Amino acid sequence: MAVKKIGTQTVKFNSPPVIIGTSTTVGPKEGEGPLSEYFDIILKDDLYGEKSWELAESKMLRETVKAAVKASGKKMSDMEYMFSGDLLNQSMSASFAARDLELPFFGLYGACSTMTESLSLGSMIIDGGYADNIIAVTSSHFSSAERQFRFPLEHGNQRKLTAQWTVTGSGAAVLSSFGNGPEIRYVTTGKVVDLGIKDANNMGAAMAPSAADTIVKHFEDTGLPTDYYDLIVTGDLAQIGKEIAEEMVLDKGYNILKNYNDCGLLIFDNLAQDTHAGGSGCGCSASVFCGYIYKEMMKKNINKVLLISTGALLSVTSTQQGQSIPGIAHAVSIVNKGS
Amino acid sequence: MKKQITRVNKEKEYEEYVKNKVPKPNYLLNCLWAFFVGGVICTIAQFINNLLKNSGLNKTDAGTVTVIIMIFLGAFLTGLGVYDKLGKKAGAGSIVPITGFANSIVSPAMEFKREGYVLGVAAKMFSVAGPVLVYGFGSSVIIGVLYYFFIR
Repeated sequence: MAVKKIGTQTVKFNSPPVIIGTSTTVGPKEGEGPLSEYFDIILKDDLYGEKSWELAESKMLRETVKAAVKASGKKMSDMEYMFSGDLLNQSMSASFAARDLELPFFGLYGACSTMTESLSLGSMIIDGGYADNIIAVTSSHFSSAERQFRFPLEHGNQRKLTAQWTVTGSGAAVLSSFGNGPEIRYVTTGKVVDLGIKDANNMGAAMAPSAADTIVKHFEDTGLPTDYYDLIVTGDLAQIGKEIAEEMVLDKGYNILKNYNDCGLLIFDNLAQDTHAGGSGCGCSASVFCGYIYKEMMKKNINKVLLISTGALLSVTSTQQGQSIPGIAHAVSIVNKGS
Repeated sequence: MKKQITRVNKEKEYEEYVKNKVPKPNYLLNCLWAFFVGGVICTIAQFINNLLKNSGLNKTDAGTVTVIIMIFLGAFLTGLGVYDKLGKKAGAGSIVPITGFANSIVSPAMEFKREGYVLGVAAKMFSVAGPVLVYGFGSSVIIGVLYYFFIR
């Protein structure tokens, strides 16, 4: 019997898994952004000594896992599962990293929602008693995403004002059944929502309805007041998507205007860094959560966080065939012990 | 009777709602940039053309050599990583001249070099410019046939 399920889409953990360590790696541009001091490794060269952008991204993911395991005080051999995915075709970064790390591996595809997707599944595995230590990790790379989804880097085209900038970055979190750190109390799994947006240059608007849907479901299922959280943060809705999500949630009777922000807006200074609407990519919520939010939680500056990574489930083929962009969003409730 | 909310209605409504949220680009500034950069590129070409004509080439040959030089410049600036920065500011101003055409062929060729010279460079070279070539050649054939039958 599903004794841990509450409401329609939420799981409440009996023995909440603890995030005992994280690590982040970001590219040079992210390293110049407002959250610079929170990142563990800032690459000087985003090719990272590799032959291609894809291999560089995979190395970033792999090295971030190693650093996170080290930060957690565990050994690589203690890790029982790795939950990971990325944006590249057939999740090249994650599976190539898993090959080298030699960990039991569940490959995920949730586009930019992968951080909370992997945290959700990892938490369920731990609370279910199937493992004691798992790793949740994801990555994205500006240059590998551009060449797969858009134009060659040297092509002289203009970006739209609604376009977002794919974050070069990776974030990894080690979850354990026991230890020090913030714990994962609830997981609300999102549904795929699609309100017909077809413009791949406006993914914030495509994903916002799914984010709003998951946020509302989370509060309905848990019965928590919206001001319970110090920070409600979406993955990569950026400027336009954030506004839409705010209004859609308010429309359903939940006010999150005071404590709501978006990782895509936190990671870059849009005006100074010319990133248009804001950051995007799996690495966006991964590096902001594993860097900024986790470190602030460890310092007790923030105690209760609802993290909602948001994914645009489009592909090059679906866009070329004129299909709209389905959105997905998964929420993870992370709370410091004793608060 | 209560209005029924169908999926299509909902999507239309959302599209309208999103439209109001999208920031408007500064069209005037963009046009000025396009005019200025596009104009400069054409002025350079004209300068080269005049120079060639003055050094003794006839009109047709001077035109051909000018085009070759401009294509080289476009490709060269793409290789140096300058043309994409120019394109970001100028938009159509740097896409429409023949230098932009060179950029659209050289940039994918550079990007896909890591996939090898056959499956990367050669196969992907026309991924951006290909449609222009296909429909350009296609329409020139149609016009040619029409010319042959009706005007000649």
